[in-house]
Amino acid sequence: MDPGLLAQFVANGLMLGMMYALVAVGFTLFFGVLDIIKFSHGDVLTVGTFAGFAVYLGLQAIGATNPWLQVVAVLLVATGAMAILGALIAKYIVMPLKSAPPLNILLVTLMLGTVLRECVRLFFPDGANPKRFPSLLPHDAVALGSFNLRLDSVLLFLGGLAVVVAIHVLINRTKLGLAIRAVAQDEETAKTMGINFTLIVLVTFALGSAAAAFAGVMNGLYYNEINFGMGLLLGVIGFSAAIVGGLGNIYGAILGGFLFAALQTIGAVALPFASAYKDVFAFAVVIAIMAWRPTGLIAEKTSARV
Amino acid sequence: MKVARKLFASAAALALGVGLAAGSAAAAKKEVKVVFIGPLTGGVSVNGLGGRNSADLAVRLRNADPKAKYKYEMVVLDDECKPNVGVQVATKAAADRAIIAGATHYCSAVAIGTVDTYHKFGLPVVVWGAVLPDITYGNDYKEIHRVNGTMINQNEVNAKFSTGQGFKKFAVIHDTTDYGKGHNKYFSEYLGKNGGKIVGTFGVTADQQDFNAELTQIKSLNVDAIYFGGLTPIGVRIRSQMDKLGIKAQLVGTSGIVSDAFIEGLGPLAEGVLAFREGAPVEKLPGGKFFMQKYAEAKYAESPEAYGAFAFAAMSLILDTIERVGPDRKKVTAALGKVKNVDSIVGKISFDDHGQNTVAAITKYVAQDGKWVVWEDSEYATGKRKLAGR
Repeated sequence: MDPGLLAQFVANGLMLGMMYALVAVGFTLFFGVLDIIKFSHGDVLTVGTFAGFAVYLGLQAIGATNPWLQVVAVLLVATGAMAILGALIAKYIVMPLKSAPPLNILLVTLMLGTVLRECVRLFFPDGANPKRFPSLLPHDAVALGSFNLRLDSVLLFLGGLAVVVAIHVLINRTKLGLAIRAVAQDEETAKTMGINFTLIVLVTFALGSAAAAFAGVMNGLYYNEINFGMGLLLGVIGFSAAIVGGLGNIYGAILGGFLFAALQTIGAVALPFASAYKDVFAFAVVIAIMAWRPTGLIAEKTSARV
Repeated sequence: MKVARKLFASAAALALGVGLAAGSAAAAKKEVKVVFIGPLTGGVSVNGLGGRNSADLAVRLRNADPKAKYKYEMVVLDDECKPNVGVQVATKAAADRAIIAGATHYCSAVAIGTVDTYHKFGLPVVVWGAVLPDITYGNDYKEIHRVNGTMINQNEVNAKFSTGQGFKKFAVIHDTTDYGKGHNKYFSEYLGKNGGKIVGTFGVTADQQDFNAELTQIKSLNVDAIYFGGLTPIGVRIRSQMDKLGIKAQLVGTSGIVSDAFIEGLGPLAEGVLAFREGAPVEKLPGGKFFMQKYAEAKYAESPEAYGAFAFAAMSLILDTIERVGPDRKKVTAALGKVKNVDSIVGKISFDDHGQNTVAAITKYVAQDGKWVVWEDSEYATGKRKLAGR
């Protein structure tokens, strides 16, 4: 295969993988900290993206048309608003149900996700139709043989990478991260050690939701389109990626995200007549991996005290 | 006492008489229900809303006509362009005995799924937007009719025209619903007959977001043109991602992308895209000016879009038929089966033995300066502007 072509496939796969990874990181954080699956995550992504879009429309209306200013403003508002929304969901819906069977929380958050999605569809003006998200990043492209390298794709990828690295640094090198890891490991002991459990949970939810909002805006900038159902598939794929990688482990989530994107790309390329079945292929491989390694590729380390 | 009772009795009789007279005067125009079903939400909602407004216009104009025998009420249902939802709302409409007939469906995938429902309940319907041939030709149901053309002629003209313009090497992207698969089948057949070659066929889901994998492969195949058999939402994504990957091939589409939403979604990227549609553009239709004028007067929020005129024609035909034979499903079905050379704003309507209107005209469109322009009127036809790679 022509190297330029291969490079193009790899580049496409990397972009997709980055977006899935950001969503998967959210799922994994929530599970790690509270042992719950928050299924409204994908729809929080949608709400965040639409919030960012609304900011863009507002800025256009008041005449602030500098694209860099717009990008920064959109990102700040989207991530900030979703951080708050995530924390609210944690405080009022998830925490009160903490002692309920995990299935209940999954169902409640699934329903919440539907409510969020339908709210966007009904209350955002003309919400049922896809919207054209502006391409705020520079368009310049470099053609290296048959490989078309676009500056905006590079910037988006680097941005996503920066967020992932930032989360990694936060979790592993800061006191806050230490507290999060402590809570994830053992809630009771963490509380005994003086960690403010509720605060840590709220911060974790805020963090995961902000990452999702970032992924959503990235999605909007990359495809130049947003619609009220965008969170659905991203949520399902992000969830699968988190599980395949190993729920509770951030590296697992990232690995899972890139793995899923790779599977989709391979499916679209290698299966000759069945590019329509690439999702079937990708999910089938995920099922096979789960059968082989039920706790995910990077299993959560559990040690038993004898 | 006796006088008072007599007075009371006569007053009561008078009141009853007046009441009856008033009642019968009000009941002079019987209320008849008809139904409109289309995608009012979702990616193709602009077409559904345009169709709904057009059908509503037909009903309103009829109700404003003092010579009309009945007062019509149009029930509106949303099929969301999803077959499962379509069958649900079709069942709802067909099971309601008060609804006499309906103008149904823009999405082919929905229309083909609901034919059995309408037949089961005996509800006569006239399709206004779906182009899959099997909707009328795949069954022998007397209830199903259609005023717009099918994709067979569309693709025949497309293949001939595209090869004529010099595009020989094609890649096909089609959605995996019956609509996209139908387009793929007929286009492939006719392209072969016209000396063109298809070097790759890619099926995609109707709500797919990312086409980079398929388009990267297409880029490596160095095609002259990409044929897209699908609807506007993914058409917009494909064209936009083609540009991101630096693919310079011509995009040739079908009636699914002939909508204002396609141009709005792409902005300047839509320039030069080819598409084909059954029937003539509204302005050139026999009743086009009348329709556009009345539509503008009614001040609807949304534009009639590409198939609004057909929805209007479908609903008008239904209303005409009910006026002639009365509000009875069986009679309307029988009468619709006999429609030959009936005037409408889209020209003469004649249903063949499968209820299909034999519309010969196919219009070629090219997107120019933010609008779908008829090919013959465009600057591409005169050579002032060039299609991709020419």
